[in-house]
Amino acid sequence: MLEISVIGLGLVLMLADLFVPAERRRFIGYAAIVALGVLLLTSLSGNGSCGQAGTAFHGMFINDALSLFFKQLFIVAAILVLFMAAEFSDKLAEGSVAEYYSLILFALAGMLFAASSNDFTMLFVSIELITITFYVLVSFQRSKLQSLEAGVKYLILGALSSAFMVFGIALIWGTTGELNFNSLAHFLAQNPEVANSQIFLLGVLLVLVGLGFKIATFPFQIWAPDVYQGAPTPTTAFLAIGSKAAGFVLLLRVLFTAVPSVTAHWANLLIVISGITILYGNLCAIPQRNLKRLLGYSSIAHAGYLLLGVAALSVSGQSALMYYLAGYVFTVMAAFFVITLVMRHLATEDISGLAGLNQRSPLLAATLTIAMVSLAGIPPLAGFFGKFLLLKAVIEAAQTTGNHGYYCLAFTTLAGVIISLYYYFGVIRTIYWSKDPADLSPIEISSPAKLSIWACIAGIFWIGLFPNTVLNVTNLAAAALGK
Amino acid sequence: MSILTYIAGWPLVAALVLVLVPRNYRVIIRAIAVLAMLISAVLAIKMFCQFVPWTPGAPAFQFEQQIPWVESLGISYHVGVDGLNVGLILMGAIVAFAATLCSYEIQTREKEFYILLLVMTGGILGAFASLDLFFFYFLHELALVPTFIMIGVWGRGEKKNYATFQITLYLSIGALIALIGLIALYLQSGANTFDIPKIIEHARANPLAVNAQNFIFPLLLFGFGILVSLWPFHSWAPLGYGAAPSPTAMLHAGVLKKFGLYGLIRIALPLLPQAAQSWAHVIAWLCVGNILYVGWVAMRQKDLNLLIGNSSVAHMGFIFLGIASLNLIGVTGAVLIMIAHGFLAALTFALSGYIYQQTGTLEMSKLGGLCRKLPFIGTALVMAAMAGCGLPGFANFVGEATVFFGAWKVFPFITVLALWGGLVIGGIYMTRAVRNILHGPLPEKWNSITAITHPWRKLPYALLLACLLVFGFLPKLLTEKINPDAEKVVSSYQLQVASLPSPDAKPKVNSIGNPQLAIVNK
Repeated sequence: MLEISVIGLGLVLMLADLFVPAERRRFIGYAAIVALGVLLLTSLSGNGSCGQAGTAFHGMFINDALSLFFKQLFIVAAILVLFMAAEFSDKLAEGSVAEYYSLILFALAGMLFAASSNDFTMLFVSIELITITFYVLVSFQRSKLQSLEAGVKYLILGALSSAFMVFGIALIWGTTGELNFNSLAHFLAQNPEVANSQIFLLGVLLVLVGLGFKIATFPFQIWAPDVYQGAPTPTTAFLAIGSKAAGFVLLLRVLFTAVPSVTAHWANLLIVISGITILYGNLCAIPQRNLKRLLGYSSIAHAGYLLLGVAALSVSGQSALMYYLAGYVFTVMAAFFVITLVMRHLATEDISGLAGLNQRSPLLAATLTIAMVSLAGIPPLAGFFGKFLLLKAVIEAAQTTGNHGYYCLAFTTLAGVIISLYYYFGVIRTIYWSKDPADLSPIEISSPAKLSIWACIAGIFWIGLFPNTVLNVTNLAAAALGK
Repeated sequence: MSILTYIAGWPLVAALVLVLVPRNYRVIIRAIAVLAMLISAVLAIKMFCQFVPWTPGAPAFQFEQQIPWVESLGISYHVGVDGLNVGLILMGAIVAFAATLCSYEIQTREKEFYILLLVMTGGILGAFASLDLFFFYFLHELALVPTFIMIGVWGRGEKKNYATFQITLYLSIGALIALIGLIALYLQSGANTFDIPKIIEHARANPLAVNAQNFIFPLLLFGFGILVSLWPFHSWAPLGYGAAPSPTAMLHAGVLKKFGLYGLIRIALPLLPQAAQSWAHVIAWLCVGNILYVGWVAMRQKDLNLLIGNSSVAHMGFIFLGIASLNLIGVTGAVLIMIAHGFLAALTFALSGYIYQQTGTLEMSKLGGLCRKLPFIGTALVMAAMAGCGLPGFANFVGEATVFFGAWKVFPFITVLALWGGLVIGGIYMTRAVRNILHGPLPEKWNSITAITHPWRKLPYALLLACLLVFGFLPKLLTEKINPDAEKVVSSYQLQVASLPSPDAKPKVNSIGNPQLAIVNK
């Protein structure tokens, strides 16, 4: 299975650290990338155990189209993050690069488990595996105060949210005696009075609080900007994609497999949360001068956009969510790649550090521009088609349910997109139009970095221009959820 | 492959080619751009000549091509022309060619400029040719984004940054509101396809519920309205055009802006008839805002580009009036003005661009007597100004007169106001501008400016003027093509009106519609 291979790979990397001389440590990362690439190809080809649908460990672990889609997403993200980490390695603490790589792989294993979890125990274990690895990853630049501060913040809030989640799981188990998602849904269908009991609902709500923390949705978003800013850039990138996507796959499973009868009544709650998250993220991003912090707020806004797909409570909404995530991976990775390469030698990640980038490196300037334009949702890039699908799902929900809240949500999204244009274009303007940039030395890009940047660009265009392939996969995955 | 794919595709292919050309090969970059636009313009002329006016029994669209793109959503690449868009595509391709020829004013980062110009052209021509709702929107947005970048990078004036942000935010809001309206329309129609002809056919069998129509129509009206600078959402236009480099202003004011109007005629009118009828009065009154209010604003302008920008907003009012009249003559007239105004707006912005390039200012109080130094440009400007105030002989006159005939039956009072605005106010500011810029004493500092001598440089101006004159004297070339399809658009209204109890206003359309057009056609 993919998970075992990934954990094994992580262990091998730690061991390899002992034998490989210090100046060749970069190659450990490339070896890991190659290994992950092989895993990705295996999973894409559908051969081996990862392609088989079915459950294991008494239904705790499930393999279906949904989990497969998310696993591929996570592996792609991890590959790109490893590339980024290899570029970033000289900034990390001396002699601990391989440790960093293997931590990324352990976090990846947690995400893979999350994609397959079909049981509250499994959900908790995978979330903890991800979160605890991230505590270390966030505070990895031990010599940098900000990084440590971010780690502490993440630790405290993460622990709090885990506590909520465990409490919620306990309440759910206490009222129903079930932990498996499928049998819980079955139980609720047979005992509708339990589904209305306050204690059970509180339990579900608390689990959602824990997941809301992972995906940084309002009102659990406070940590995101600080942690994004303080963490080493590859960690931030992985946090923005992997952790968020893991939160979303678990959210989908809990809401639509475990407690569908409860979810059906919570449309308005989801609408409100999604709307506020969008507005909060976008409005707070306007005054930001630190690029990573800006992306932190923008990632909150994107959590809100993704929640549109959840709030729509429909297969097309879930499919749109996954499509959006697929585009989001490449876009965010491209943005963070540029930040890594441009800002690794600067003390802060202030936006003004991008001044004159188009003369220093046209490729990086173009990449960041494409990423920003795609995040803003402008055709022909990935972000546009994703937002189009999400909006379509929301309006569809408005028309089928007659709930006018959905129309309000669609217009809130519109307002969010307009606000976001302002700050994304602010970044682009700094790249191309800033007056007398201080530093005009060209930036050297290693060939693996170039390769992965081109891969990101190709991904952004591919998902924006040829949606057919990915859309078929996400439709299949969303259909698997309803079963 | 349909000829339409080539018309819209060549500029896009050329843009890709330009990416690979090193940036210091300036002549080659320009030559590739001009060549691509020339091919696309020649193909557009060929298509226009081959187009046969629709007759009952013939297929609704010509030069059709359809390639499935996303099957699960019913999106396909589907292009085709009928009478409504054939003239617009011709106009768009010719204006784009002229705009490229005028681009020698761009001296920095030429490569990027030409790439953006080509993308913009390909996008907008594709949007006009598209018969798929998704591509219709997608390609327009593709054309819109280069506009913002071009104004931001190559724009002029102190207010450049402000204008860039304003036009970006304004037009994006408009486009997104229209997007919500289009998605709602797609879902409401129940046809489960983005194919416009199929949706229309489906809606004919199962008309949309009236309250759904009343929800969607304002979204489309104001979404598209913002894109077209419908009063009171017009304030982006004069500033944006004032700051834009002239090729961008030519393409945007001339071609891109017509997208919203085309969308209303192509999509909103046939699909949302009841809502259109109840909103017609609102549109008519808003267009008085365009014609009278913005006309007055134009009278007070001291800068030539702001004046042209305001007058182009005012001209949009005539088109809206034609659409609001919801009858054959009005809609035909609206399409006519769209085409005529495209040539005219491009011509005036090209001329003002040349004057700016020579003198470095467009403030009318600082200019004067330029006709002596620039006889060709001066003459062209006089002719453009005359076309702008609706002198017979130019295509604008035909369109405006047709719109007035159409609107008179429905909104007589508004038509009087509009006529007054169009003829009197338009006449005042246009002749004033001509007097201030071209006549009077020549300030000494302009003694050094040079006139155009090279015929190649005169070509874009001459080409646009020629188009205005050709369609001014032979409007039949357009009306015979537009008429049958405009009739299809308004047919549902006439049926409904005929069934209404008070038949005093509109049924006349059928009886005297054609003779009047015949008068206009001469």
